[in-house]
Amino acid sequence: MTDSTMTTRQKVEASMRRRRAAETRFRLYGMASVLFGLLCLVVLFGDIFSKGTSAFSQTVLTTTIEIDGDYLDITPDSSESDIMSANYDGLIKRHFKNDVQPKGRSEARSLFSLISSGAGWQIQSQVLEDPSIIGKTVTVDLLVDDDVDQWFKHEYGNDSGSVRLSEKQLEWITGWIESDALKTQFNTTFFVNGDSREPELAGIRGAITGTLLTLLVTFLLSFPIGVAAAIYLEEFAPKNRLTEIVEININNLAAVPSITFGLLGLAIFINIFGVSRSTPLVGGLVLTLMTLPTIIISGRAAIKAVPPSIREAALGLGASKMQTVFHHVLPLAMPGMLTGTIIGMAQALGETAPLLMIGMIAFVVDVPGFINDPSTVLPVQIFLWSDSPERAFTERTSGAIMVLLGFLIIMNTAAVMLRRRLERRW
Amino acid sequence: MKKVLLTGAALLATMTGSNAYAERDYISIVGSSTVYPFSTVVAERFGKSSSFPTPKVESTGSGGGMKLFCQGVGANTPDITNASRAIKQSEIDLCAENGVKDIVEVMVGYDGIVLAGSNEAPQYELTRKDIFLALAKVVPAQDGSETLIDNPYKTWKDVNPTLPAKKIEVLGPPPTSGTRDAFVELAMEGGCKKFPFIKEMKKTDKSKYKALCHGIREDGAYVEAGENDNLIVQKLVANPDALGIFGYSFLEQNADKVHGSIVEGQAPEFDAISDGSYPVSRSLYFYVKKAHVGVIPGIEEYLAEFVSDKAMGEYGYLADKGMIPMTEEEYEKVVDTVENLKTISAK
Repeated sequence: MTDSTMTTRQKVEASMRRRRAAETRFRLYGMASVLFGLLCLVVLFGDIFSKGTSAFSQTVLTTTIEIDGDYLDITPDSSESDIMSANYDGLIKRHFKNDVQPKGRSEARSLFSLISSGAGWQIQSQVLEDPSIIGKTVTVDLLVDDDVDQWFKHEYGNDSGSVRLSEKQLEWITGWIESDALKTQFNTTFFVNGDSREPELAGIRGAITGTLLTLLVTFLLSFPIGVAAAIYLEEFAPKNRLTEIVEININNLAAVPSITFGLLGLAIFINIFGVSRSTPLVGGLVLTLMTLPTIIISGRAAIKAVPPSIREAALGLGASKMQTVFHHVLPLAMPGMLTGTIIGMAQALGETAPLLMIGMIAFVVDVPGFINDPSTVLPVQIFLWSDSPERAFTERTSGAIMVLLGFLIIMNTAAVMLRRRLERRW
Repeated sequence: MKKVLLTGAALLATMTGSNAYAERDYISIVGSSTVYPFSTVVAERFGKSSSFPTPKVESTGSGGGMKLFCQGVGANTPDITNASRAIKQSEIDLCAENGVKDIVEVMVGYDGIVLAGSNEAPQYELTRKDIFLALAKVVPAQDGSETLIDNPYKTWKDVNPTLPAKKIEVLGPPPTSGTRDAFVELAMEGGCKKFPFIKEMKKTDKSKYKALCHGIREDGAYVEAGENDNLIVQKLVANPDALGIFGYSFLEQNADKVHGSIVEGQAPEFDAISDGSYPVSRSLYFYVKKAHVGVIPGIEEYLAEFVSDKAMGEYGYLADKGMIPMTEEEYEKVVDTVENLKTISAK
């Protein structure tokens, strides 16, 4: 049987096998690429989560300590500034010296180094909150030093000893463990404190507040400007060469490396307008430049998706161009615009490169209160911690990444939900 | 929509209002990423134990810090810049040009640069000459003549027969880093000078000498691993055959994973770095704009905290963070400089 004698049906049937095989192959390729993507995600998340979950627990030492008013030289009626400046570190040192009885100065030093340098502030804030405890004996959960914390969380029970802790120190710690004084608890410090050079005192509240303030500035500037630009370009602008050039440039701007916006911000906002460095204000201004193209492009797409019949009907009933746009087109396009804005914001949330140039890679302890205070943002905090020598910062880096990922997931889900809920299809 | 516009307008108004600011109530510090861990500790303690706000410390690198510092006098320029090297004449000139005339130099302490390997690998005993021969782009020919050839060495054994026959693989910081500058200057140039004819060259042809002694090979034996020292430590653990270059504080924190190689018969230890017997160590500094003292609140108090015994002293908290304290005499000199705010030109 030769080709010429085959009927069309036979020809088709003969090629079916090959065509089916090609289809199966293509499906497999597709599945393989999806699986590869998922695998990368699982490995990344697995790594971050396995390192980062321990950042959410913190080792504390429960101890009963007498708030000795005579030693501190304060009474419940003392002024706040006297209570603030009392020597709580000394009180804690004296307490542990009496409790553990170290021999000699160097042993005492190595004993004190087991307790966080923030323990004094802990007692101070308790006393400030309730001055009536002066003179009484209270039970407190003191933060321990990061070396102890790391050892207890990761190495305790391995019998491997510790490089950072001496035999003697381990002996004391084991004593505390046996008397159930040493335990881990949820690390609230991580969420309520600003940055610190002591890992056990470091928290992300400063960075989160900075991020929120920065995003607020970004939103308040980029949303109105972006929406106005999108409406004008789509509804009002004459279609000529000039608007075409503008269009092309907006599209180009969306692809410009973000560090460029940082340089621009440095040159214009800081050097010419004199906005102060390292503030959410200047950060927000720079990120506005970065998110504007995204918002304009998605805004225009949303306006385009509104069917012309709506406009024609409005115009036909005597509405002006302006009324048509603001009463009919804009409300219908709003969900799409908001989605684009949220995605732009999520991009801005994860951005570090442009902030490099405007001084937001900074050590800021105090939680910023307003857009003019020095501050840092979450991704920058992650960058700074990843570069810190202290071992305990490794887990805090991963912990902060988890928080950042949480924010991103929330924002992206919000974008998807918004689209699902509000978008109308014609 | 109207509301959004209104808030936007209000925001713009505050923005323009902020231009009129003249005062800054917190200290602004910029500069070296090597000094950053130390100055931040001081800043934090200062903020907590005084009534002043916590200073803001930016990590911009030594050179970047100097540039910002020398921009001029005024609340929108930094008060203090950290540096992992001494200020250059060109930078003093730049400062003077912009009106920053009185600069106080404060030495902070020492930092050792280590060539570390994984604890699973044997400890290397290197000389600076070995380091130069292993990492330089061009080296003197093996026959002892004064010709220069492209670096032919593949293993440490090729460089020095007493070393193991392991491939030369060194992870180090990129050229933008102050650590790299110091490593090149102290270790590479130190070894380079051991060749008499190269030492002669310093007098006759300085730029050629510099290119020769400071040129790091680019054939893959030296791997630029980025500025993140933690990353280098991780890479060393994964690859016990490699060596890594970073600051002493990272070695100290990761002593269970890596160890420092012996250089010129001396391991990088706390005491050896502070008395100078470990050869690859450098001084760290910060520079204060005298014109800002008394204008920006808290500078004097911050300086006092920094040079206090509990911070900078032999058993101070900076030493706990891995900084190597200076000798007693040097310390007294620093205290004197700070108390009298002695400027560089008046030195």
